[in-house]
Formats: sequence, C-alpha cells, structure tokens
Amino acid sequence: MKGIWWVLIAVLCSLTAESHGQRGTFMTADEFRELAFPDSEPESGTLWLNAQQQERAAMILRHAYPGLRVRYWRLGQRSAWILEEVGKDQPITMGIVVEKDHIADFAVLAFRESRGGEIRYPFFTDQFRGLTLSDRGDPPALSGSVNGITGATLSVRAASKVAKLALFFHRQVMAGGTSGAD
Amino acid sequence: MKQKVTWGNWTKRSFGAMGVLGLTGALPLTALAQTTPSVEEMWRIIQKQQEEIRELKSELDEAETKIEETDVKVTATADTVEQVISVESAQGRDTVIGGYGELHYNNLDNDLAGGDDKDMIDLHRFVIFLNHSFTDDVRFFSELEVEHSLAGDGKPGEVEVEQAYLEWDFAESHRAKAGLFLVPVGILNETHEPDTFFGVERNNVESKIIPSTWWEGGLGTSGELAPGWGYDLAFHSGLYMKDGKVGNVRSARQKVAEAKADDYATTGRIRYTGLPGLEVGLTLQLQNDVLQGENIQGVSSIEGLLLETHVAYQNGPFLLRALYAQWDFDDEIEELTPGADKQKGWYVEPGYRISPQWGVFARYSLWDTEAGGNGDSEYNETNVGVNYWLTENAVLKADYQVQDAPSGASEFDGFNLGVGWSF
Repeated sequence: MKGIWWVLIAVLCSLTAESHGQRGTFMTADEFRELAFPDSEPESGTLWLNAQQQERAAMILRHAYPGLRVRYWRLGQRSAWILEEVGKDQPITMGIVVEKDHIADFAVLAFRESRGGEIRYPFFTDQFRGLTLSDRGDPPALSGSVNGITGATLSVRAASKVAKLALFFHRQVMAGGTSGAD
Repeated sequence: MKQKVTWGNWTKRSFGAMGVLGLTGALPLTALAQTTPSVEEMWRIIQKQQEEIRELKSELDEAETKIEETDVKVTATADTVEQVISVESAQGRDTVIGGYGELHYNNLDNDLAGGDDKDMIDLHRFVIFLNHSFTDDVRFFSELEVEHSLAGDGKPGEVEVEQAYLEWDFAESHRAKAGLFLVPVGILNETHEPDTFFGVERNNVESKIIPSTWWEGGLGTSGELAPGWGYDLAFHSGLYMKDGKVGNVRSARQKVAEAKADDYATTGRIRYTGLPGLEVGLTLQLQNDVLQGENIQGVSSIEGLLLETHVAYQNGPFLLRALYAQWDFDDEIEELTPGADKQKGWYVEPGYRISPQWGVFARYSLWDTEAGGNGDSEYNETNVGVNYWLTENAVLKADYQVQDAPSGASEFDGFNLGVGWSF
C-alpha cells in the first residue's frame, strides 16, 4: 500500500514538467500598455492627489494610498493604470484598463504571495470586465459581485480594492482633476 | 544722427487722431502744440517702452525657468518621498505580525437525563501569527495559540504552537516546507479565522473526524499542476492512540510535543479552483501505525486511511459548503474499540450574504466515530444562524443548534453567541 504514494509522487513529478507558477512576474508594464492600447500611442500622465482624493483613496483601500501621485496612460476616454496592493504579506501588481465608466480589462502583472496565485487567471480576472463604480455605499462599491477563491480571500480583496481605485482615479482624470501630461 | 523710426500701432493711432483733430479744427493750434509730443519725445517714449518690454520678457523668462525648476524639485521630492514610503513598507513586509481570536458564549441544555448543561463563556482562541521572509524564496511561518484563556496545571487551556515551518520556493510553481505545519485536509483546517466561516463553533465533522485543528511535524511540498489545479504532498508525524483511547482520533493528535515517531503518515491532496468561487478538494492520508509500535492487548499495529472530499462554492450572494470524511482502520482495532474501524461524517451548509455586513446560514451535519459497529452511535446536528461583519475582518455571530445524539450520550440544544476577528 505504501507503494501507492511513491507512484503518486512520480506521477506528480512528471505532471509538473510543464508547470504554472503561483508567484512571479507575468507581464511587463510595456506589455500591459500594448494590451491596453493595441497599435496606438497613448499619452502618459500623472494624477497628483489632493487631500480630498487622498481621503477617498484611503477609504477604498482602508489604508492611506502610498504615494503623492499616480501615473497612467490615456487615449480619449480610455485610461490604463498599474497599481499595487498587499494581499496577505506581499504586494500584488495589477493592471486595470478603464473605458468611459467601466473596467475594460484587468490583469495581474506580478504576484508575490505564496497562496492565492489563482487570481491571475482569466477565469477570475474576467469577472471585473464591465464593472463600474457604484455611487451607493461608503466606501464606494463595484457595481457587481466578484466571486472569490477559497483560500485566496485576501488576494481577492486586494484585486477588488485596486479595481475600485482605478475606476475612481479614472473619474478624476476625466473630470479634469489635478493631473498633467508627462 | 538720423535714426530709422519704426512706428508702432500706438504712433500710427496717435498721428491719425491728430490728423482728425487738425481737420476738424476742434482744438486751437496752440493747444495742439502744447499736448502733442514732438518726434524726439515720441522716440524717447518708444525707446522707454521697448526697454520695459525687454525687462518684462526677461522677468517672464525667469519666472518660467523658476516654474520649471520648481516642477523638477517637486517631482524629485515626490520621487524621494515615494521611494522612502516604498522602502519602509518593503522593510515592514519582511516580518509580518497577524492574528485572530474568538470569544464564545454557549447556552446549551443537555437533554440527557442527569447530564450537565453547558452555560459557558470562553475566550476559545487567541492566536498570534509571526511570519518572516528571509529572501524572496525562503520564508518562515508561525502561529502561537492560547486556548481557553488560561493555561497551566489544572487550568482549562493550553498554549500551543500550531505552525512553525520554513517554506522554500524550489521551482517556479512549487514550494517545499519543513517544520510543524497544518495538515492539508478539509475546509477549516488551514483557513479557520472566525470571519471566514459561519457558526460560532466549528462544525463537528471537521472537529471529530478530521480532526481540526490538526498539525504535524515533517516535510511537505505544494504547488500548481495546471491553471486551477493544485496539489499538496506531505510526510509527517502520525497519530498515537493510547491504551484506553484507541479509536479516538481527536485525542490521538500528538501536537508535535515530544511526539512518538516510530511510524509516520503521508497526506496527499488535489485541489481544483479553476472556476470563480469554486473549490473542490480531495485528500487521502495513510497512517502507517496509530499505535506507534506499542502492543496493546495483543494488537501490535493498526493502519488507518483517511478519505476527505469537499466542495466550497460561491455565486454572488449564494454560498455552499459540503464535506465528507471517513476513516478506515485495520480490523484489529475492533478488538480494542468495537465499531471504531470505520468512522465517518458529512455536512452540507448553504449560506446567503444579504449584504456585505449580513449573512445567514443553515447547516446539517452527521458524524459517527463508531460507524463500523451495529450500535446506535450516530450524531446529527442542525444549525441556523447569522453573521454580522462589522468590517471584513471583525464579526459577530449567533446560531441555534438542535442535536440528536445516541441514547445515553449528552445531547445539546440551545444557542451560541460569538465575536471573532483576524488581521
């Protein structure tokens, strides 16, 4: 009977010859920009956060935004943001494309936690497409629910917060907030 | 010296006006001579104005330069501030402290004639996590728990180290661990912060059959085989059933405290999380000898096999958990504890999140630690209750339970209240 376990090990080892990483960098910033604006040259800009914007960002994140400004790319009504948020211990780097008032695309660029790496797969990230920032609720909520992943609760929460933050920043830029082209 | 005069608009307009005035004869010539500057005076005025324009342009250029310099300084300051914030937060992330805890109040009537009721308030668990990243690839995890608030001789509680292990990412999708770690089985054993589940007390199937919280010392590996498919494999210390308690899985946990290691155990798990909100898990565990080499009443070895499978699913506000677990021990165990060769239990728990704050659930669970016998040994329990999340990580809980126990056993009905947190 003990032999079963050694067989299992051998099977696992062979299966893992082509592996999929939990942790790592899956997309560079340039690749994300190309994904967000295929065959186009967007303007890069900086949103300088005033006190009120800092306060709203802190409400969304449930902690202070760790910076004075946010860089983005923009082309017309479409903007793209690379933001970070800690899941359990380590920051997760995520890219969010916003068009008009909704999320057009969501990607995990780098994942550094030892658990919850499943959030990088399209079966999870596709849930963010089409979501908007609901004006009801304080802090503001996403317009639809995002189904979680068991054992990855904190990573899922981080992704949801960053999605809300990108929608909020996009609104500020489109409203002519404290921003400027680089 | 003759100078070339460039007439500006002002000059043209002035001479035009003068012409008009002259033609109309509105003013006497003497008066006109007194108010109209001569060509030389005009030239001086123009020169003076040009000088002023030059000075203004110079000041404007200087101001623009200063603005540009200020912009550079602000950007450099922001770069530095953000770099400091980034470095500080990165340093802070190397060592992370967390924790969770839960206080329970039980108000349960014992339906067994002469049995004691359970009216109790208890700080059931107070836990501190301390984790440290040595490098990007090597980490340490630990969990220190005080159970029932007060530990020591004659006291109700215990101080327990429930996790203390090193984890190493030895390949892109695989990590190994060595030390004292939670056994990869069930839904609650590895994720049991009170804000992550319904019900004041943990369900009895995962307490008495699995038995959570369950940790062992040894080696393990975990990783991902394909998108959504994860695995765990661990070689670790085993259960030890002492004389008089053979068949009692929960009391057989040695908790890695000077634990007998004559024989080990192996746990393997496959997990599928390839759809949003879904987890399906299957665990098999082989215990080589739960007597750890001892001979009890002529029985010298008992092998055990644990099978556990579960599903956890969330679709919007709808939640569902279901789990089945069973033990198969060698028939020799029958000589010591009749019926203990087979132990099993299952539960199903639908839930609904009314809002981010409110959630309700119902649970039906059934367990039997002597299912191999013909006697009446089966328990079942029905729970209904509510969670109120003050924030994502702080929760108030209430539930009502109705239990059906074998004849002659304590049977508790009543309500439970709880408060829990994690960070």
